Amino acid sequence: MADRYVLAVDQGTTSTRSLVFDRGGRMVAVRQREHHQYFPRPGWVEHDPMEIWANTQRTAAQVLGDMPDAGDVVALGIANQRETTVVWDRVTGRPVTRALVWQDTRTADLVTELAARPDAGLVAERSGMAIAGYFSGPRLRWILDHVPRARERAERGELLFGTMETWLIWNLTGGPDGGVHVTDVTNASRTLLMDVRSCRWDPDLLAFFDIPAEMLPEIRPSVGVLGTATALNRALPIAGALGDQQAALFGQACFAPGEAKCTYGTGSFLLQNTGTELVRTRSGSISTVAYQLAGEPVRYALEGSVAVAGALVQWLRDGLGLISSAAEVETLARTVGDNGGCYVVPAFSGLLAPHWRGEARGLVAGLTSYVTKGHLARAVLEATGWQTRDVVQAMAADSGLSLPALRVDGGMTTNNLLMQFVADALDTPVVRPMVGETVSLGAAYAAGLAVGVWSDVEALRRNWHRSAQWTPTPERARALTAEYPRWERAVELSIAWGAP
Amino acid sequence: MRWVTTRARDGLASGAVPGTVQSIERAAAILRVVAGSGGTLGVTDIAAAVGLAKTTAHSLLRTLLHVGFVAQDPATGRYALGTGLLRLGTPLDVNELRARSSNWADALASRSGQAVRLATLAGTEVVVVHHVFRPDDSAQVLEVGTALPARSTALGKVLLAYGATHPPELAEVRAHGWAAERGEQEPGVGAIAAPVRDAGGLVVAALGVSGALTSLFDARGVPRSLLLAMVVDAAHAVSRELGHGGG
Repeated sequence: MADRYVLAVDQGTTSTRSLVFDRGGRMVAVRQREHHQYFPRPGWVEHDPMEIWANTQRTAAQVLGDMPDAGDVVALGIANQRETTVVWDRVTGRPVTRALVWQDTRTADLVTELAARPDAGLVAERSGMAIAGYFSGPRLRWILDHVPRARERAERGELLFGTMETWLIWNLTGGPDGGVHVTDVTNASRTLLMDVRSCRWDPDLLAFFDIPAEMLPEIRPSVGVLGTATALNRALPIAGALGDQQAALFGQACFAPGEAKCTYGTGSFLLQNTGTELVRTRSGSISTVAYQLAGEPVRYALEGSVAVAGALVQWLRDGLGLISSAAEVETLARTVGDNGGCYVVPAFSGLLAPHWRGEARGLVAGLTSYVTKGHLARAVLEATGWQTRDVVQAMAADSGLSLPALRVDGGMTTNNLLMQFVADALDTPVVRPMVGETVSLGAAYAAGLAVGVWSDVEALRRNWHRSAQWTPTPERARALTAEYPRWERAVELSIAWGAP
Repeated sequence: MRWVTTRARDGLASGAVPGTVQSIERAAAILRVVAGSGGTLGVTDIAAAVGLAKTTAHSLLRTLLHVGFVAQDPATGRYALGTGLLRLGTPLDVNELRARSSNWADALASRSGQAVRLATLAGTEVVVVHHVFRPDDSAQVLEVGTALPARSTALGKVLLAYGATHPPELAEVRAHGWAAERGEQEPGVGAIAAPVRDAGGLVVAALGVSGALTSLFDARGVPRSLLLAMVVDAAHAVSRELGHGGG
């Protein structure tokens, strides 16, 4: 039998990528295309859904063309930027406005207003997440309120809503001509409109946000055939869809309760599998859907998102000009043996998990004339390590699960100083997989699992191989535990500084 | 050693000094103009400033772009000094080298089933700057920062062969474009390594696989051809990543 391959589409914030993976989970081909970022007003971030659809079609066709025999590609999986919101006309297939991107903060006032309502507690109770502008429901509401005639047209059933995977699946399966209108449960869980236990749209939440049910996609498992893509140069079953961070959890083979991954990019995203039990959070992590295999119960996860990780290194490069490339931060940091008493809290636009303090602002604490740019570089890297500890502690308090090891991916994992610091700060081994493309690999795994390329999640687990491991050193771990209150104090000061 | 320098010339004087290479003089003049302009000039202005035909200036600029001595703003088409020129005399940052090679090193380990190491030369020793575990999930320790003897390792042989002294006994390494290690460093363990070049063509690192002698070489000690091709290809890919061969 010819080897079988799976196509993954990773629809991200800056680009759309199409990748092909073999049965060993190895990437064999990739094509990528960036799309425009629109910033029409301060705090507003938009994408053109038509451009993203064109890029998806183009990169997917190209990567299939790169294969010696495209017939060996047997399924398509999608991973997407989460919470980005699209509304379009079901007859013409044209969006009524550009997509509101997850970084867009225009719903802040709306969310403040909604959160002040006496029945606002319903949102956290049903959806599992505290009401915040971070999620897609308030963005959908904003479109209905501000795009001319959108609400009346939506109520007449003329408009459809979706996050990026919904938009792409609808277009891939025919668009106005019989397109399938579905979302996967992980993306649906990020709307604030879904009952996180039953995984259905919740009528009370729809009433709270004033959203017409007619425009919502059908909620489906993450792993299972969703439709047939007819819009590519070859018909393929669309057999998996996941939000990008959940896809990374899946690609990192975190299938057992307690297993966790952290993606270190511009920000950092830590997800820990909590199994079939939904954990009620009190310590600042979020309960979210991890994934669902067709015919099986939903698996949940705890999530801790940190807004600024690699972005702080970029600031050192572009804002201060202390380094000429991101990787050089390690060289600069290694010119000194410790942080010299210096701490950097990168609360550029507030702090997310586990603090959730939008008013916090960044600070550099502990400056003396002894501190050099080397100490500053070290403090910059340590900030990412300390923030990982903040999130892991919050999750441990919420779930009671211990963390056997932290699986990492993303650009910052080539930084050995940082990875060793994370291992020491958590007193937990940190491991990096052989395939760094965990988001697209997760989408490929989901689709391949649904069509039988892999028999079960154990087969996927066997594909996971370590490419590096950082082991904590007991004395460093003890020293960092003793030092941790200094970091916590710096965080408190950053919150106090930004307070009105 | 005595350094011979000549006075810098402002433009291109009409009568070139006998025995000098005209295109290098022209390129030097262009670089002076680009350096002085702060990235504000396009090809037409540069050609006018050095007194060359636009087509001549254009082909010189394309060559300078190719070796990384100038950079071009894709939006405006204007030229500035390139990072290749700014880095002259400064060795490539090893952490930058690791970041740029990471994807290719992972792919090499994944396909070859062997451990992968990338190393640079520090005096008579070889320092490991990147290490990817053998993908069998056995207990392994990260060797980044470890110093290895240059003469008995494949990585070291590559770096010495292409280094300043290039010893005659390593002429074969240069002829083949790769080096082998057959148990000299550790009994039963071998390695195959190939050179990694920067934008200017200088060998800045060696990339290689290491593992059991029997899995790397056949009974006559010849590297297994598929494996050797993977190593050489991966080293080329990292070189391209560093800008060698026009990126």
